[in-house]
Amino acid sequence: MIEAVLLSIITASTAMLLAALGEVVVERSGIINLGVEGMMVVGAVSAFAVAQMTGDAYWGIPAAAAAGAAMALLFAMLAVWFATNQVATGLALTLFGLGVAGLVGERFIGLPGVGLQPIAIPGLADIPIAGRVLFQQNILFYLSIVLTVAVALFLFRSRAGLRLRAVGDAPAAAQALGISVLRIRTLAVLFGGACAGVGGAQLTLVYTPQWIENITAGRGWIALALVVFASWRPLRLVVGAYLFGAVTIAQFHAQAFGVAIPSQFLSALPYIATIVVLVLIASNKRFMMINTPAALGRPFVPDR
Amino acid sequence: MRIELTPRPQIHPLRSLLSPVLAVVATACLGAVLFALLGKPPLGALYAYFVEPLTEVWSVHELALKAAPLILIAVGLSVAYRSNNWNIGAEGQLVMGAVAGSIIPILLPDASGAWVLPAMMVLAMAGGAAWGAIPAVLKNRFGTSEILVSLMLVYVANLFLDYLVRGPWRDPQGFNFPESRDFGASARLPEILSMGEWGGRANWGIVIAVVAALLTLLLVSRTLKGFEIAVGGASARAARFAGFDARATTLFAFLFSGALAGLAGIVEVSGAIGQLQPSISPGYGFTAIIVAFLGRLNPVAIIVAGFLLALSYLGGEAAQISLGLSDRTTRVFQGLLLFCVLMSDTLVRYRVRVHRRPVLTERVT
Amino acid sequence: MSRVALLEARNITKAFATVRACDDVSISLGEGEIVALLGENGAGKSTLVKLMFGTLQPDSGNFLYRGRPVAIEKPADARRLGIGMVHQHFSLFEAFTAVQNIALALPDVPLAGLAQRTREVSEAYGLTLDPQALVADLSAGERQRIEIVRCLLQDPTLIIMDEPTSVLTPQEADTLFVTLRRLREEGRTILYISHKLDEVRALCERAVVMRAGRIVRELDPRTVSAAEMAEAMVGQAIAEVAQRPAPAAAATSTPLLAVRGLSHASDRLFGTTLKNVGFTVAGGEVFGIAGMAGNGQSELFACLSGELASAPEAIAINGVPVGQLGVDARRRMGAAFVPEERLGHSAVPDFDLVENIVLSRHGAGDGTVLAGLLRRGAARRTAKRVIADMAVRAPGTSALARMLSGGNLQKFVMGRELDRELVLLVVNQPTWGVDAGAAAMIRQAVVDLAAGGAAVVLISQDLDELFQTAHRIAVIAGGRLSEARPAGEMSRTDIGLLMGAGETERHLAH
Repeated sequence: MIEAVLLSIITASTAMLLAALGEVVVERSGIINLGVEGMMVVGAVSAFAVAQMTGDAYWGIPAAAAAGAAMALLFAMLAVWFATNQVATGLALTLFGLGVAGLVGERFIGLPGVGLQPIAIPGLADIPIAGRVLFQQNILFYLSIVLTVAVALFLFRSRAGLRLRAVGDAPAAAQALGISVLRIRTLAVLFGGACAGVGGAQLTLVYTPQWIENITAGRGWIALALVVFASWRPLRLVVGAYLFGAVTIAQFHAQAFGVAIPSQFLSALPYIATIVVLVLIASNKRFMMINTPAALGRPFVPDR
Repeated sequence: MRIELTPRPQIHPLRSLLSPVLAVVATACLGAVLFALLGKPPLGALYAYFVEPLTEVWSVHELALKAAPLILIAVGLSVAYRSNNWNIGAEGQLVMGAVAGSIIPILLPDASGAWVLPAMMVLAMAGGAAWGAIPAVLKNRFGTSEILVSLMLVYVANLFLDYLVRGPWRDPQGFNFPESRDFGASARLPEILSMGEWGGRANWGIVIAVVAALLTLLLVSRTLKGFEIAVGGASARAARFAGFDARATTLFAFLFSGALAGLAGIVEVSGAIGQLQPSISPGYGFTAIIVAFLGRLNPVAIIVAGFLLALSYLGGEAAQISLGLSDRTTRVFQGLLLFCVLMSDTLVRYRVRVHRRPVLTERVT
Repeated sequence: MSRVALLEARNITKAFATVRACDDVSISLGEGEIVALLGENGAGKSTLVKLMFGTLQPDSGNFLYRGRPVAIEKPADARRLGIGMVHQHFSLFEAFTAVQNIALALPDVPLAGLAQRTREVSEAYGLTLDPQALVADLSAGERQRIEIVRCLLQDPTLIIMDEPTSVLTPQEADTLFVTLRRLREEGRTILYISHKLDEVRALCERAVVMRAGRIVRELDPRTVSAAEMAEAMVGQAIAEVAQRPAPAAAATSTPLLAVRGLSHASDRLFGTTLKNVGFTVAGGEVFGIAGMAGNGQSELFACLSGELASAPEAIAINGVPVGQLGVDARRRMGAAFVPEERLGHSAVPDFDLVENIVLSRHGAGDGTVLAGLLRRGAARRTAKRVIADMAVRAPGTSALARMLSGGNLQKFVMGRELDRELVLLVVNQPTWGVDAGAAAMIRQAVVDLAAGGAAVVLISQDLDELFQTAHRIAVIAGGRLSEARPAGEMSRTDIGLLMGAGETERHLAH
């Protein structure tokens, strides 16, 4: 029982975790990309389509990463190179992505999907409970954990990460030192897109291995909230993501146990929880100020 | 290659007038490419999308019917966006407005008289404003992101509506369909011209929308409140220096845009639909964001932009029938349009030059 | 010169949207000399050095390094040539440590051992520095040391210093000069940008004067008089500010502004907390507040203007407690405020001048707004009057604020506030980034306003300005205000010591 619950929580969380990891890097560079939902859904449909056509679920992962990055490139062109309003551009990306995914996915509705199979890690897979929950997982779960550690090391232990954070804090000062602000931001946005795409792939290759329109159901937006909740720190994202996964799973179990609450109210729980969490984290103003990238959301136009 | 932006010293009115036109033309070109990729004749598809709906009386009526909520919402959003308050949850405010306004026709089905419709509208505006106030109050009190909160509330509002029409507000005589009872005659927004050669389904909603746009124009261009909104959007520090309270501005922006979205909700429900259903809007609250930007946040230009986006809905339906194009193309189209609008906005504000890498006389070693 | 120059600029031109910042500039820097680059704000000095450092690209002209033509496309190219730079507005990242800041600028230096090398270099030159200290916690002088050490770690042959003393106390400036002379003795070249003539005279044997984007003169600062150098910079003689005598009964009459026990905990991330600030200003008096940037001036200004609320009794205008009143209410009592930042604080960059009149006048009850409706006609008339009174150079009332030069916009902002009956004026750094002509005019306006019976609070980093205008001077350091003393009884050294008080306190706290 406990194993099943933990497994389902992880499965419900991994997509959000992956997308949020990408967005942490993007926002640390001073860019806010509200198009996560759009990149995620395009990643989801691409992964499903490629897995369907090749019959191999693994091909879906690079396809989703590429599709997410392609969407992100569109965003970078506008918001980074042409200094458009980031909020509006991100919204446009979400609307566009939902449209594109709907269009591409039309012919896949109702088709059976190809799921990713678990990979048991020899030696560790036999540990009671933890073995089944953590070491008999699919590759995307392993990827999400490895990526969390890698992003944390990159941001806080490498010179490139230092440079990226400098760009997000004070782009003009960074430019004066000869750091190419726009190049770093573009790369960050592309990485964010690839992560969101792979997050989408988790939905169609693991969570519900089929294509349903609007399969993301706001997970991209929740990922954005997770980034704030984690105060732009990758390790805290893991906690946040699994917390949200737990809320999502709780609603199913409540229904199964016949709790006398209308199902719609249970379905609204993740969204309400997001708001509550945003309020709780924002109440500590000083903590937020220290962690928020100082130049977040402000377009930067270098002088030449 | 590198792109160089230089701020323009002064923004020419002509250039800012032409930029939305440029965006529409660019979108049409991209649309043609999209249709070609989908294997449809590009020009024929564009014709089906943007011209065919204008050739018949009934479809012009449909156009007005769809433009009304878009204009109402976008006009409200323009005020919020001018003040740098990012309300992206108008869809939820529309739903809650519709729910609040429907209290009278659903709970008091026997109510009749001229007071019913105005009362419904007041309730709807209050409902939309109250739903909009949540992100504003949380932003003012705790500093939460109004973007994320207003968006989350869209999902909550939709689920609440779903609960009502499947639960307490389900029509007792409705064969278990998830619908409310039909609104009585007093609770229906009348059609402008229902009979005759020029008759059709368009109702007074479009007139309300145009009046709202004109009143908003007065608000933003002639009043101190409008000035406060503009200063708040341009610089928070300058607003404080001017003596304006940023929290009051934020609250006003959300109450105003929420109220107009709520009004759009009741116009839709009491006009085109006539009852509550699980889904009462094809994403008007999101499309209106595009309308607001295409109209460059100017209430009068938003009227024009509202009709254009309404056309994209109708065109989607028309192209589906005549060419077998998926109606999902409309969404893609709308996203592309917003991209083009934002891009042309940069062209208004900046001079853009594209450089190749310069050829060097000698490299530094 | 017979020797080959270290760096030579030939016919450099660089234009921005509206101005030619550098117009056919040629300059040559020899080895082992300190060359002063003199000029007013906006003369093109900063643009020229950004071109030398590769942050900007020239439209035409070229650079020669030891006689060899070079393209300096980016700062990395400049660094490879041996050019280092100490920026005017520091290119430091507040949330990072000193050594992280150094690592950011030196992509080729390995991270391991960087802290150790930083410590070595800083000790060798007497520039005390803690590599692990967070920049946000450091004073302006300490921040500059980071910049200098960062520069020295690359062993540069040419060091460009952009207005290095503008953030230093007189004592800190003296220490800097010792370091600079030592660097010259090691054979390094220093390009020293300044508009402070006495420093240039003490330090340099050659000065190049720029005006309106061109090099207008080369001179020996040790032999040319200060007045002559000033005239070369400005192009004309600048009127002296005519100071008025302090009001005779200052000590006995009711003060127009009384501040008592004003404390305010800053809610900004790296802000300064005000601690028990108190002073009074009588009608007819100019009260000067000296201090280095970031010691609580903006917080004090915001409390005085009402942008920040304080305890009701902490501030009284004309005997009425106003601590809880907003900006508007204080304006209606005859107070006016001119903050330090123009773009985005005292003016909205993308608004025209008419709208910028409304910004601070809508609550003054003088007809700009009636029953909630804007009266653009009335505002336009006010704008025209201000433009005429202050001789603002602007294409018209429909010009956007951001299109005006710093000096003209500041004259417009001052004029907007002076254009009504005032009992109190509070100004913060009124001549920061303003040309000499406009600065003289603004100072004279301040002096004249006080002569007419109003009380004036002048917060400034510029000691010359304070000595020219203020009757009494107090020093703000670390959020505390020193006791005020008559300006005639204070020396630069006295003020400098009081300025340093904040730093001492900061170090004791750590």
